[in-house]
Amino acid sequence: MNATTEPTGSTGSTELRDPVARLTTPEPITLARLHAELVARATDDRLVDVVYDTVDSPVGTLLLAATDVGLVRVAFASEDHEAVLQRLADRIGPRILRAPDRLDEVATQLAEYFGGARTSFALPLDLRLSTGFRREVLEHLPEVAYGRTESYAEVAARAGRPRAVRAVGTACATNPVPLVVPCHRVVRSDGSIGAYAGGAATKRTLLDLEAAA
Amino acid sequence: MAEHGPTVLRVCRAHAPAAAAEDAWSETFLSAMRAYPDLDPGANVEAWLVTIARRKCVDQHRGAARRAVPRDVAVSGDRDGTGSVAVAVARDDVPGEPVDEELWSALRALPPKQRDSIVHHHLVGLPYAQVAELLGGSEAAARRAAADGMRRLRETYGRIDRGRDHP
Repeated sequence: MNATTEPTGSTGSTELRDPVARLTTPEPITLARLHAELVARATDDRLVDVVYDTVDSPVGTLLLAATDVGLVRVAFASEDHEAVLQRLADRIGPRILRAPDRLDEVATQLAEYFGGARTSFALPLDLRLSTGFRREVLEHLPEVAYGRTESYAEVAARAGRPRAVRAVGTACATNPVPLVVPCHRVVRSDGSIGAYAGGAATKRTLLDLEAAA
Repeated sequence: MAEHGPTVLRVCRAHAPAAAAEDAWSETFLSAMRAYPDLDPGANVEAWLVTIARRKCVDQHRGAARRAVPRDVAVSGDRDGTGSVAVAVARDDVPGEPVDEELWSALRALPPKQRDSIVHHHLVGLPYAQVAELLGGSEAAARRAAADGMRRLRETYGRIDRGRDHP
């Protein structure tokens, strides 16, 4: 080790001597460890309102969020994940933590779905973000089989209100857990694909995926 | 809340050594999460967390006094009365960056007014006007206290460097 301590003007030496730089050196590794420990303790103590994670998928980065009850939100990148988290804070509670472990099962089943190896999801759901008739519609959507499509009118009939075609459209458009509750299988009566939270192209990708599997 | 994690950790290090600071960090956020539903929506979350953190560090001191030695710190002196003056603690039991405990310890050993002015201005990032509001006294006094404290830290640090190079 060089015994010279005179400032030489070389890089690093000034910063090394600046106490503020030393005291504000980022500690990402330590913070990641502390954060993981905090998540474990906080979830044990039921102090967390929502846990979330983001995962990559063939239709872009997905935000996954869950409560104690179950999966509460799946959001496409086009929905702006920061804005989605803010709305979750407003609607459910502000204690929101990133906790990949808690969303392992959801991520695994989604990966299986995108790989063509899974045709239905077996996950606890928390549908609190959807209420009334919209929620009834969501509860009927898993009856539309993998690889098939139904019209908004057919789904309205399933939900017991055959004339509520427009309301079914709204229920699908506001589905808080797309992919898992398959609103992408609901299309227009004229055969055109219809709108989708993740964009019409995403809806097409999903229907093609299911048709090919 | 997570966005305040780095700031709260710095505040904890300014008030408690090594592992005790990290325990205080965890306790701060757990405590905050318990209290969060009752927090006034307009409240300054960062200032609130900093206040909790300082209180938790005091608790950690009390706890540390009962424990023999903080779990990952080799005690080589007790300059600041907190039970540790370990040098750049490299921890092989848990993942984390090495911590310059010598400098943190020097910061903790400063007169409270100097230490707190440095913490609030340089580590939390508040302007001196707000530091003065928190600590009492004038903005100029807060600025002076921070400057005096920084001078002492630089002196201490110069000694540390010389000590390291010429043992």
